[in-house]
Amino acid sequence: MSSTRASTLDDANNASPINRSKLSFALGDVAFKYSALFFALVVLAIVVGIFVMLVVQSMPAWQAFGAGFITGDVWDPVREQYGAWPSLIGTLVAAAIAMLIGLPVSFGIAIFISELAPEWLKRPIGTAVELLAAVPSIIYGMWGLFFFAPFFAAYIQPGLVAVLGPLPLFGTLFQMPSLGGSSGVSVMTAGIVLAIMTIPFMASVMRDVFQIVPESLKESAYAVGATQWEVVWNVVLPYTKTGVMGGVMLGLGRAVGETMAVTFIIGNASKLGTSLLEPGSTIAAKLANEFNEADGLQMDSLVAMGLILFVITFIFLVLSKLMLMSLAASQEGMKT
Amino acid sequence: MTTFRMSIIAGAMLVAGVAQAADVTTISGAGATFPYPIYSKWAEAYNKATGVKLNYQSIGSGGGVKQFTAKTVDFGASDDALKPDKLEELNATQFPAVMGAIVPVVNITGVAANQLKLDPATLVDIYMGKITKWNDPKIAALNPGVTLPEKLITVVRRSDGSGTTANYTNYLAKVSPEWKEKVGEGKAVNWPVGLGGKGNEGVASYVKQIDGSIGYVEYAYAKQNKLATVQMKNSAGQFVTVSAASTAAAAASADWKGAKDFYLFLTDAPGAASWPIAAQTNILVYKEPENCAQTEAVLKFFDWSWKNGAKMAEELEYVPLPKELVALIEESLKENVKCEGVAAALK
Repeated sequence: MSSTRASTLDDANNASPINRSKLSFALGDVAFKYSALFFALVVLAIVVGIFVMLVVQSMPAWQAFGAGFITGDVWDPVREQYGAWPSLIGTLVAAAIAMLIGLPVSFGIAIFISELAPEWLKRPIGTAVELLAAVPSIIYGMWGLFFFAPFFAAYIQPGLVAVLGPLPLFGTLFQMPSLGGSSGVSVMTAGIVLAIMTIPFMASVMRDVFQIVPESLKESAYAVGATQWEVVWNVVLPYTKTGVMGGVMLGLGRAVGETMAVTFIIGNASKLGTSLLEPGSTIAAKLANEFNEADGLQMDSLVAMGLILFVITFIFLVLSKLMLMSLAASQEGMKT
Repeated sequence: MTTFRMSIIAGAMLVAGVAQAADVTTISGAGATFPYPIYSKWAEAYNKATGVKLNYQSIGSGGGVKQFTAKTVDFGASDDALKPDKLEELNATQFPAVMGAIVPVVNITGVAANQLKLDPATLVDIYMGKITKWNDPKIAALNPGVTLPEKLITVVRRSDGSGTTANYTNYLAKVSPEWKEKVGEGKAVNWPVGLGGKGNEGVASYVKQIDGSIGYVEYAYAKQNKLATVQMKNSAGQFVTVSAASTAAAAASADWKGAKDFYLFLTDAPGAASWPIAAQTNILVYKEPENCAQTEAVLKFFDWSWKNGAKMAEELEYVPLPKELVALIEESLKENVKCEGVAAALK
C-alpha cells in the first residue's frame, strides 16, 4: 500500500521538474489554513460577542435584583419585580424528562440500526429518523397541543397519578394538578414532546458513530464469545463515547433551548408547581412570549434570562467534557 | 451670485418637495396585531381606489411603538393607548382607528353561547382564583335555571404581552379595587392563577380543548372559533351580550372630548346597552413629521377608511368609529399635526 503511493508521488515529481505543482500546492495549503482559521475565529467571535451583549444589556436587571434575580420567584411586569427561578427550574426539569426518555430510546434506535437490523430495514428506519429531525418545531407544538396533550390527560395521566402518586416523597411529583386538570398541558407533556424532538438528533448521530467502529474489533469480540450486549457495551460504546456524548449534547441543547413547541404545551404558568403534571414555564418560552412587548427593566430581565440560558448550556458542555476526560482516564487505568 | 445659487437650490428643493408629495406610493406602519385584518382589507380597497399601498407589519403594539420611536415607519399602531406624557416625549399624537370587543369565553359541557351570565365581581373572583368550581354559589346565584357542573375552573389568559390583556386587566382593575391593588393592569401582569396561551389563537385553542375553562379573546376570534361567549353585567346593572351594537354603544357613551390625545379606556362604559369590555386600537403619528408627505398620506388613508370602510370593518367583527368621533379626531389632527407650521390638512 505505502510503496505504491510513494511511487506515484515520484512519478508526479518526475513529470514536473520545475516543481510548479508543489508551489501551488503550498499556496493552496496556506490559503486553506488561513481561511479555515478565519472561519473558526468568526465562530469564536460570535460566541464571545453574544456573551458580551447579553452581559451588557442585562446589567440593569442584575443591578436591580442582584443574585436574587436567579432565585426570585415573582415575575410581575406591573410592579417591575422579576425573578428567573420558576422558568429556570422549568427549563431544567423539562430537559431532564426529555433526556430521561430520549436517551435510552435513541440509544436503542441507533444500536438497532447499526448492529441488529437486517440490511433491508436499515435504510427505511434511518431515513425515517432523519425525516423526524427535519420536522419544524411548531409542528411538534401543534401536535402536542391538539393531539398529544388531550391524549395524555385522558389515558396516561390518570395512570401515572394512580400508580406513582401514592409513593412517599417521589409521589409529590405525580399529584393530580389542581389547575387545568383535564388539559394535559404540563411540564411532563412538554418533557415528553421534547424527548420526541431530541430523539432524531441523538439517534442519527449515535448511529453514524456506531457505524464507524471497525468490523475487526467487533468480530474479535464475538470470536472470544462475547454476546451482542457485551459487544455493544464493552466495544462499540467505549470506542464511540466522544461521538455519543456529542449527540447527547446536541439533543440536550435542543431540549434546553426549544421555544415554540414548549410555549404551546407547557402552559406558561408563572408559578412553580410541585407536581410534574402542573403547568410551568421555561426560559426559552418566557422569552418567546414576552420579548415582543417588553421594554425597560422587563426587557433587561429577559436578556438576563437569556444569559442564564447561555451559562447553563456552557456548564453542560463543561460537564460533558469533564465526564469524557474521566472516562478516558479510567480506561487508561484499565489498560495498564 | 450666492443668492442666485441659493435660490436655484431652494427652487430645486421645492420642486423635489412637490414631486415627493405627489409621489407617495407606499405608506408604512407597524404595530398591533388585533387590527391587522381590517387594516389590510382597507389597504387593499384603498390601493384600488388611489394606487397608494400600505405596508403594515403586525408585530405587536410594543414593537410598533419601538419602530415608531426609531422613526422607521410612518405611523405606529398600539392597542394599549399611550399616556399623554409619553406622547409628548415622542412629540407625537394619537387617535383611535377602529374598535373591537374583548369577551370572556367558556367551555362548560351543557352551557351554550350567551347562556352563562357573570357580573364583574364574579369574573374577578374567578381570575383571582377565589372561585374554583363552576357550581360555586356566587355563579349559581347569577344563573338560575342553568345547570352548572361541579367541575374545576381552568382559568386561561394570555402568556404574551398584549394590548388585549392591557384592556382586559384595565377592566378588572376598574371594577375591583382588590385586583387593582394585588395584580394591577398592563400588557402582561402577574396572574394569580391560570394557563397562559400565546396569542388570541393560543387562548382560543386552550378554551376549546379544556372542559371547564374560561378565557378572554377578541370577539372576532370567539366568533371564528365558535366559542361560547358570556353575558356580562355592565355598569348600569344590565346583562348584555357581546355584539357590534353593544360595543358601538360603549364607544358612543365614552367621554372622548375630555380625553387628551384620546387617551381613555372604553372599559366599564356607562349606558344600559354598553358592552363593558370594549377597546379601541390607536394610531400614532408625529406632530412635526420629518417627512410631511408621508404623514399626510397616512392621515388621508385613515380618513378614506373611516368614510368608506365601515362596512368592511363590520364584516370582520370590528366596530367602526361613530361619526361624531371621526369629526373630533379630524379636528384634533388639524390642530396637532403641523407641517412646517401649517396644519397637515385632510383635504
